[in-house]
Amino acid sequence: MELIWSGLKKAFFLLITLDPEVLNITFLSLKISGTATLISLLLGITLGTGLALSEFSGRRFLVSLVNTGMGFPPVVVGLFVTILLWRNGPLGFLGILYTPTAIIIAQAIIATPIVTGITLAAMQALPKNLRWQILALGATRWQMIWFLIKEAKIPLLAGAMAGFGGVISEVGASIMVGGNIKGYSRVLTTATVMETSKGNFDLAIALSIILLLLAYLINTMLTQIQQRERPR
Amino acid sequence: MRLLKKKIWLIALILAFFLNIQNGVWAQNKIIILATTTSIQDAGLLDVLIPIFERKTGYFIKTIAVGSGQALALGKRGEVDLLLVHSPEEEKKFMSDGYGISRRGVMENDFLLVGPAEDPAKIKGTKEAVNAFQKISTSSSLFISRGDNSGTHTKELSIWEATKITPEGQRWYQQTGLGMGQTLTIASEKRGYTLTDQGTYMALRKNLNLEVFLAKNKDLRNYYHVIVVNPKRWPKVNDKGAWALADFLLGKEAQEIIRTFGFSQFGSPLFFPIANQR
Amino acid sequence: MLHIPDFSVFRGEILSLLGPNGAGKTTLLQALAFLTPYFQGEIIFQGQKINSAKSILALRRQVTMVFQDPLLLDTSVYDNVASGLKIRGLKKKEIQQIVSQNLERFDISHLAQRSARKISAGEAQRVALARAFAIQPDILLLDEPFAKLDQPTRDSLLADLESVLRQTKTTTVMATHDRLEALRLSDRLAVMNNGQILQIGSPEEVMNKPLDEFVAAFVGVESILTGKVVSKEKGSILVAVSGQTVAAIGEMDLGETVALCIRPENVTLTDLPPHELSSARNVFRGRIVKISPFGLFYRIQLDCGFPLISYITAHSLEKLKLEEGMEAVASFKATSIHVLRKKEKLPV
Repeated sequence: MELIWSGLKKAFFLLITLDPEVLNITFLSLKISGTATLISLLLGITLGTGLALSEFSGRRFLVSLVNTGMGFPPVVVGLFVTILLWRNGPLGFLGILYTPTAIIIAQAIIATPIVTGITLAAMQALPKNLRWQILALGATRWQMIWFLIKEAKIPLLAGAMAGFGGVISEVGASIMVGGNIKGYSRVLTTATVMETSKGNFDLAIALSIILLLLAYLINTMLTQIQQRERPR
Repeated sequence: MRLLKKKIWLIALILAFFLNIQNGVWAQNKIIILATTTSIQDAGLLDVLIPIFERKTGYFIKTIAVGSGQALALGKRGEVDLLLVHSPEEEKKFMSDGYGISRRGVMENDFLLVGPAEDPAKIKGTKEAVNAFQKISTSSSLFISRGDNSGTHTKELSIWEATKITPEGQRWYQQTGLGMGQTLTIASEKRGYTLTDQGTYMALRKNLNLEVFLAKNKDLRNYYHVIVVNPKRWPKVNDKGAWALADFLLGKEAQEIIRTFGFSQFGSPLFFPIANQR
Repeated sequence: MLHIPDFSVFRGEILSLLGPNGAGKTTLLQALAFLTPYFQGEIIFQGQKINSAKSILALRRQVTMVFQDPLLLDTSVYDNVASGLKIRGLKKKEIQQIVSQNLERFDISHLAQRSARKISAGEAQRVALARAFAIQPDILLLDEPFAKLDQPTRDSLLADLESVLRQTKTTTVMATHDRLEALRLSDRLAVMNNGQILQIGSPEEVMNKPLDEFVAAFVGVESILTGKVVSKEKGSILVAVSGQTVAAIGEMDLGETVALCIRPENVTLTDLPPHELSSARNVFRGRIVKISPFGLFYRIQLDCGFPLISYITAHSLEKLKLEEGMEAVASFKATSIHVLRKKEKLPV
């Protein structure tokens, strides 16, 4: 118990004194996971909407792939991305293994199925005739999609939070493809694991608390948007 | 119109985020990938040495701490440029198989055999590592192993081999697959014996409830070598950078830092520099 | 699946599609708005063939549809009514003017800032209608818009819709299974079943001169009597029905089997004994099997040897002191009977 208390104290101290290394790690976590989430939103909402509004043979198969992908082990993603990005591997010419970009790629791969799955469910839950009604009002295909996305705002934002939550807390893939390099690709989760393995438990707890705070702040913002009441 | 404006803003925001991520502006040949072990990283030595080298030479070192087994495997695949490991038997095989073109000793310290104060295997006073291990086995006392092909694990296995005992599968022999710090914590919690490197033990001593039973034993010497990966097998290896870093680690400045590292923190240094002595 | 070889809608008319569930009314409406992707054939709108993405969009911008469910967006009533205008990129000021006008038309100005999720079903349909009228469509398609509302709401909405339609002279195609609604509003009436249009014409024509038994039953011909022609004189025939003779007007052959369609409004009940009635032919004595209220009327089910249905007013019911089980006398003019040749089953 007093370990947690000392962790809390340390977290407070690190934040108040604006410890540069901790700040760096925190901002890096935010930038990396934020970018990965944005990419996954772009891809996921597009794919999810496309799947929801279309009909073709093999659609069910794709949907079950997406649903499986939602629970796909991040560590496995990390392993495959690493093998692809190895210097002597198929994508080695890009030279991005052990860089923040590699972490973004891995995290985007992890988050996209989550966002896709939730978008798909959200769009399918809209009233069946709604898309015809919007088209009957003279909307172009794109306008219709925009209106439908606005209608599904609540579950879509839940999807965004699920995607972000999944990657800000991810550690296995991030270590593998990022390398946990000090000041460069070290993020809150990977730093926590390292400090724990070193036995610096109070520092590990402090970093965990900061991670929790960060996640809470972002989710509060998104929840605000999600729950913003329309006119009475 | 309004919809279009919103779309443009969204795209601009995304691009801004993207461009904000800096991968750095180094050319590929100014990057050196150094594979080392978790125990070396955890000791904190490299956090001191690497920045000095980087400032001097303008290289960017990507230090990845993965454990000796993985480090050697990565070396065999040409995915890293320099190895700093402590697994002598495996290293020798690595060299004889032609994967490395230079192997030189950097520093050394001890492995320690630690265990619970109550000493259920009654190894206190034993002088030989082999004997101590035998006693642990006969008394079926709890022994926690790294179980991860690390340098420490390899050392431990070599001692078991000498006892001609196979601990695998026995109830009292537990393998964690974790780093040294965590393994020590587990040994402390579960009141078991374990083999540890000196650096990690000294760093965690205050949190642990373990006693040292064997130290400064000739069978338990821990040697750290630096190996330059062979560029002939894998052309992408930055051997020029690797040589530069290796030479630096073996040079006067680095060796001096190694000699005193840890003194202020633990009362005695963690490593003993051995360059040019073997 | 629709099988419609030919179908036209004229400017300014209100055309009702009448038919049971599954008849294809919704499918036809959706086809008119080019909302179904699958069909063979073509649509010509205002002289232009609709066959390219551009022309489809142009069509959809001039034709709009209101569904059974209001299908409102999760925003304010104002924003809902404005949505069609926003899609067309109108300026804020123009939108405001048009939206207030239409809110006014449907009596919902006071709900402008209310969330669309927090209004009653009737109010929601008003919003849907206001939204449709706001874009001043060339053609308005209504798919049973009042089917899910209770009677009083339906009546009030129907009245408001009628006045707006007359005022704006909007061309309208409305699907309904309520023939009173159809009768009230339509300039033309089309009866559909199984994806086909069985008959199309003025309400009068369709109601009084149905082309077959299905249409007849659907437009409210409650009594259809089957019989054989036993006598024929210039222009009139006598038909034997369940042992009795009914006089009708027609050119059918002797021995032909016919179906006699008699609208219940044309069956009068009297308390006069039969021999005192002079000019009317087709007078039958029968027993009242059931009396049920039917809107403003009462529906009397008689057994005269054959079943016969009559609608009478409450006033008449009282005056004649009619009760179930009583004997009564029903009569209907020969000229009010619509005679159909007995057809084989319609090809599907």
